[in-house]
Amino acid sequence: MLNKMKPHEKFFNEMTSEGGPRSPYGIYDAWFAGQNNERLAQKAAEAEAFFRRSGITFNVYGQADAEERLIPFDLVPRILAEREWTKLAKGIEQRVIAINAFLHDIYNRQEILRAGVIPTKLIAQNDAFLPQMIDFSPPSDVYTHIVGTDVVRTGEDDFFVLEDNARTPSGVSYMLENRETMLQMFPELFSMIKVQPVSDYPKNLRRSLEASAPASCEGRPCVVVLTPGIHNSAYYEHSFLADQMGVELVEGHDLRVVDGHIAMRTTKGYKVIDVIYRRVDDEYLDPLTFNPNSMLGVPGIMDVYRAGNITIANAPGTGVADDKAIYSYMPDIVKFYTGEKPILKNVQTFRCGEADSLKYVLDNLADLVVKEVHGSGGYGMLVGPAATKKEIAAFAEKLKARPANYIAQPTLALSTVPIFTESGLAPRHVDLRPFALMSSKGVNITPGGLTRVALEEGSLVVNSSQGGGTKDTWVLED
Amino acid sequence: MLGKTAGGLYWMFRYLERAENAARLVEAGFRIALTRSNDAEAEWKSVIVTTASQIGYDTLHDGYDSSRVVDYLLRAPENPSSVLSVIKAARDNARLTRTALTTEVWYAVNDTWMLLTDLLKDPIPETELPGVLATIRQQSGLVRGALYGTMLRNDIYDFCRLGSAIERMDNTARIIDVKYYSLLPSPSFIGSRMDNVQWETILRSVSAHRSFRWAVEGDFTAPAIADFLILDRRMPRSLSFSAGQIVEHLNMLGAEYETRMPSHDMADALQTQLKGRDINSIFEQGLHEFISGVITDTAQLAQQIAEDYRFTG
Repeated sequence: MLNKMKPHEKFFNEMTSEGGPRSPYGIYDAWFAGQNNERLAQKAAEAEAFFRRSGITFNVYGQADAEERLIPFDLVPRILAEREWTKLAKGIEQRVIAINAFLHDIYNRQEILRAGVIPTKLIAQNDAFLPQMIDFSPPSDVYTHIVGTDVVRTGEDDFFVLEDNARTPSGVSYMLENRETMLQMFPELFSMIKVQPVSDYPKNLRRSLEASAPASCEGRPCVVVLTPGIHNSAYYEHSFLADQMGVELVEGHDLRVVDGHIAMRTTKGYKVIDVIYRRVDDEYLDPLTFNPNSMLGVPGIMDVYRAGNITIANAPGTGVADDKAIYSYMPDIVKFYTGEKPILKNVQTFRCGEADSLKYVLDNLADLVVKEVHGSGGYGMLVGPAATKKEIAAFAEKLKARPANYIAQPTLALSTVPIFTESGLAPRHVDLRPFALMSSKGVNITPGGLTRVALEEGSLVVNSSQGGGTKDTWVLED
Repeated sequence: MLGKTAGGLYWMFRYLERAENAARLVEAGFRIALTRSNDAEAEWKSVIVTTASQIGYDTLHDGYDSSRVVDYLLRAPENPSSVLSVIKAARDNARLTRTALTTEVWYAVNDTWMLLTDLLKDPIPETELPGVLATIRQQSGLVRGALYGTMLRNDIYDFCRLGSAIERMDNTARIIDVKYYSLLPSPSFIGSRMDNVQWETILRSVSAHRSFRWAVEGDFTAPAIADFLILDRRMPRSLSFSAGQIVEHLNMLGAEYETRMPSHDMADALQTQLKGRDINSIFEQGLHEFISGVITDTAQLAQQIAEDYRFTG
């Protein structure tokens, strides 16, 4: 997708300000000046070969026979100072706690609807709302065991949350592999610069999942990762996480209900499991409850779940908290459940279902980004500044036909971090997805996350399915 | 271990063994085609029969010439046992069981898949064929070496080795079965050109034309070759050796799981048919009948192993 900003527009460059390198990049900048491009190009080629050999590849949706693809890795790290990170992490923690409280409320007493903070129809008409979850509390009242919060930056102190991914956020394996790759390629950098480690993530994930086991579980809980299978685009990540945690990677057909519990088929018979980290969408989880044609789930798992004999992470029905219509209410949601002012800003969002907003959006389509409420992955959206008149006119018709299906946001001037090219450093737009873990023991956020970068000059679309790459993300130790 | 994982490991190594055996059969066939062109068509046909792919081949082609047979065995996507198909299947199984494999084994399989997918992208010209076949066998050796050198000797290893041994047993038995008539000790044929060609090809199909000379003192006679392929426990592709491997790894599983399964008895019975046998008694029983029995027993054993260790739900 072409999605160019006008070249004269100014973007916040995270590495370089007018007076030289910004302070988090000071040592790196000096190191980089001493490198030669040929050696770095050689390193980049080695990194690519390593990713391909390891099978860190993905399949693009709708291209079953296409070759496996690599997500391009850029060797220039994205560096955040500890104080920048601390604020971000606090803001994410606050948001994660509010989202979890919101889910518990929505599926139980619905105080927030009674208080009139958000309109009932946003919940009632939401496909991601699961009636099967009503009047039920999951073990430890935790719904969102893993959250990936997409954050963008537009200035020195301007961070915005773009999206809360509360279903089954992916990308954490890239956070870990990118760091491993950097350690292999440039060990000297890590002795010069103190970078907070990310390698504890799998251990913390396992601990967090174990802490969320059903109350009835005795002994060390048995945790598994549930994958749709080797043809899923994120399969590598599923097997990587299972491997790193030291737990089994299962598919639906490995599991069944045995005596009111979920059990996996081993070479020695069926073995009871306690916690499922599922990477299968809600609608495929249980053919008896949801999509009857699903081959990916476990028939009867929802009954076992409601009987309190299995933990499903994340809980079914969390999608009601992360669609883009709910997003626009997030500042109110944070205030309602935490009593605090939101630490992180939301992007201004027009709900096209409201008449005034729709009129404004239709009049200003050329300057706005319009997204489907339930869309993801950068599909089905209009980027006004990059669209032709014809595309805008066509999109206006879709918008008028189903206004409530869309929200619109101003085009953000996303910050840039340089990438390495044959002719040296070149600024490209980035976003950031940190990963938060939640259990009864609290919220744990790994310092860093996945930085996605739009590799094409001027592009604002960072999605890997549309030409995005990734970078290692460093949070410095002060 | 998950039953699915056990099945994935087992099939991964069956497929790798199958790729290697296909390369060996093509090599033997190609040699005949080069040195005795009159025999080539019949030889290629027997290769197709040996790989149990006659029905599939005949629906695509009529006649058995080098280029089409070689292409079918190495590359044809329609052929589920072509080298390209089975290497893909082996790699899919490696992805499925990745958490059970060492990095070295994974690299060996993934590298093999990347290399062969590229190598077999286009039809192989005759001039390139020897190199391609050598690469297939070499890669197979690489995976085996990584398995031997890096994997824990536990149930994971046993399922891998069982897959190789079952596939090899089946493969050697099929080679003998297709050529059984030339292995019969019929005095009227001894020393004829036909037999020499057949014997040499059979030995080449299992990479044993040199080891036979070293291991067996005496002449190339039909009973000596049959004895070598069926009963010689020193020969790593003989039926007896393969049966020994199957029993050994099933016993290790039995010890680790502290349970004897029905497949253990079946494997023992299979081995008993071969142990302490004299090749003449097999001829008396009827070579073809004997080998057919081994093929059927091996298939039933494979099915029982899958059931005993819950490969599928």
